[in-house]
Amino acid sequence: MIWTALLSTGLKIVLLGILDAISVWAAVSLGTSGSYSFLAGLVIGVIIINYLALSTKAYPFRYLFPGLVFLGAMVVYPIGYTVYISLTNLQTGNFLTKAQVIAQLDGRYYLPPDYESFRFWAYRNDQGALRVILIAGDGRAFISEGDRLKSVDLDEPQFERSPGGIVERFDGYRRISGPELYQNLSLLERLNLQYGDYTVRLANLNEFRSYRKQYQYFPGEDKLVDIQTGKVYYSKEGYFTAEDGTRIEPGFRVNIGLRNFISVLTSPTIRKDFTRVFTWTILWSLFTVLFSFAVGLGFAMLLNDPYIRARFLYRSLLIIPYTMPAFISALVWAGMFNTDLGVINRILGNLFGLKINWLNDPFWAKVTLIFINVWLTYPYMMIVSLGALQSIPVELFEAARVDGARGWQQFWKITMPLLLVSVAPLLIGSFAFTFNNFTIIWLVTAGRPAVLGAATPAGATDILISWTYRLAFEGAQGNQLGLASAVSIIIFIIIAAISAVNFRFTKALEEVSQGV
Amino acid sequence: MYSRHSWFGLLWRHLLIWLGIAYALFPAIWVLSASFNPTNTLVGQKLIPARLTLEHYRTLFSDPTAPFPTWLANTVKVAGVTAVITVLLCALGAYAFSRFRFRGRRSGLLMLLLVQMFPQMLAMVAIYLLLLELGKYFPWLGLNTHLGLIFVYLGGAMGFNTWFMKGYFDTIPRSLEESAMVDGATPFQAFWRIILPLARPILAVILIIQFITSYGEYILASILLKGVDRYTLAVGLRFFIQEAYNRRWGTFAAASIMGAIVIVLIFLPLQRLIISGLTRGAVKE
Repeated sequence: MIWTALLSTGLKIVLLGILDAISVWAAVSLGTSGSYSFLAGLVIGVIIINYLALSTKAYPFRYLFPGLVFLGAMVVYPIGYTVYISLTNLQTGNFLTKAQVIAQLDGRYYLPPDYESFRFWAYRNDQGALRVILIAGDGRAFISEGDRLKSVDLDEPQFERSPGGIVERFDGYRRISGPELYQNLSLLERLNLQYGDYTVRLANLNEFRSYRKQYQYFPGEDKLVDIQTGKVYYSKEGYFTAEDGTRIEPGFRVNIGLRNFISVLTSPTIRKDFTRVFTWTILWSLFTVLFSFAVGLGFAMLLNDPYIRARFLYRSLLIIPYTMPAFISALVWAGMFNTDLGVINRILGNLFGLKINWLNDPFWAKVTLIFINVWLTYPYMMIVSLGALQSIPVELFEAARVDGARGWQQFWKITMPLLLVSVAPLLIGSFAFTFNNFTIIWLVTAGRPAVLGAATPAGATDILISWTYRLAFEGAQGNQLGLASAVSIIIFIIIAAISAVNFRFTKALEEVSQGV
Repeated sequence: MYSRHSWFGLLWRHLLIWLGIAYALFPAIWVLSASFNPTNTLVGQKLIPARLTLEHYRTLFSDPTAPFPTWLANTVKVAGVTAVITVLLCALGAYAFSRFRFRGRRSGLLMLLLVQMFPQMLAMVAIYLLLLELGKYFPWLGLNTHLGLIFVYLGGAMGFNTWFMKGYFDTIPRSLEESAMVDGATPFQAFWRIILPLARPILAVILIIQFITSYGEYILASILLKGVDRYTLAVGLRFFIQEAYNRRWGTFAAASIMGAIVIVLIFLPLQRLIISGLTRGAVKE
């Protein structure tokens, strides 16, 4: 007994040591690559693991920790990050941080009127280092040393020259030409050789030229000066912007407070899209739940009837739509509703001579989507209704019959109220699920047909979540991640409100049932 | 509420049910027929094909532009790994919440309840950026990797399933573990040797439900997976059939049948078990 305890403790310490050693290595590599947020995460994680393994007080957390890691990293952290992104202007054109933009602009050059051209020879040594010798138009020679350019006298003895005067070798460097030169083109392009106020760079395959830096950034005043034109730019709303409103691309990401939310809710163009998408999302969820509940309850009533035989077989067949993966059903239905080729239009055409534009007409596309989703959802409604129906005491109906209540009266006065007590929370849950049922929308219509003149890429059948997806990943205006995150947060607030109502509603209904 | 029906009453009830069954099965039958139909377009299809062929199933396993077997294998891999790890981690967490009394237990449970209300896909932009960033340092965990997708699914699966499993563990009497611990078992041994075997039904339910959920997940997979050979079935099938209903219908039908049969075969025999899990879960007791 004592031996196994010792063994397990020893094993624990060895494993912990290995983990810590690996972590130190990972921390160093993260630290040197400058990824401080991941470094912080790693350090905190490792400290927690050590604490959990060594402290007896933290014993229960040893069980919780593995799950919490995933929950934290893939749900809690993304929630916080979504909130953060929703407060920024993160989008195509504003992906970089300000420091990255300044660094990028620092690498932009212009050719001043008084520029000089240089012929060049390129050299490599055995370590693969690259140097160049430049010859100006008037014969002066220069050599690169690091990122500087120095005057040099090619008559000095270390330069081995060919009869034509070309320097072939020096200090272990060997001239490269022809195909070898082309292979090293990217290295040559990266050379920025400082010479006084000028930066000498490769201009084309034959020559280097002396450039000047286009921009200079003054951190104290947070301004950027275009040296060529003398124009002054100040950072404003994620761009370096001049007095006259001209901006320098690319922009950078900045915190813009609640502006994404404000523009969704008040900007005349985006709000129009939002209202339209929101209305359809509500209708889509409402009709799906109502119709699928009606159909499901209908079948449940039939299947609950003890005088009907083969009920188990019927039930198994009727829940088939529920067992098929929804993405397959959605794609199959989309094919069947295809306007020109689909079986639905073929049947309608043969019987009534009708040809309905199911998926490309805004109205019919909505009808189709609801129809398909009712097909997908009614088995769930049937199953829960069946369970709820079976829990209603039969005596109630006997008593009602004695009192003279007829079929429909029984249904509305007894069945429905009692059924709703247990089913209503599920209906609300189903509403919330349908509200975010991206898969069906995306695989059947992908939000189409497009709406002409919409300010954002919101199609006629887009629901909020698919609109978000489109804003973030598929928009014609690029990736509007900040705006998309703001819409995500709005959806979450709606879902949270529905859930809150659900908790209340359940209680209220329980009180009702106690009164029966 | 029911009384004996006249023959007419019975007739219309059965008719109604059969109408419903026709409605329920129509797409499945239509696709089944298409998958054996020699034509590959929607137009030429008849419900009862003039000639049966396995050609489309053969195409599935030989067409390099649509690597269906790879997609199916990817999906089963991602869903399977996610399901197994979910069960293990959630069982651990649920055991702690059910059996130990410690500071932070109540607030932990409340947090779990609140977090699982948040649909993970709402954070898709953040998850995308997170994996983009992670991939720079750990390429095996970044965008377009199955491990990354599995991690994301695991995060989404923790909240609800831990909560759900804790409810079941609470119903298992403690006396068995207590007597084992009197005999010298550690809490972990009690968990592994006693609780887990007793909780087999709930473990099975969560395993299957999680497998089915991950199997059919579309939105996150479509954002995170960018290479055709990395696609899961949901992303791959959409990619395959999009705008191609007129020339790939038969092959698509065969793929649908294969993809659906995996799930239907799991679902039908275990329907009572799964449905009890699903409906119970929805109530969030």
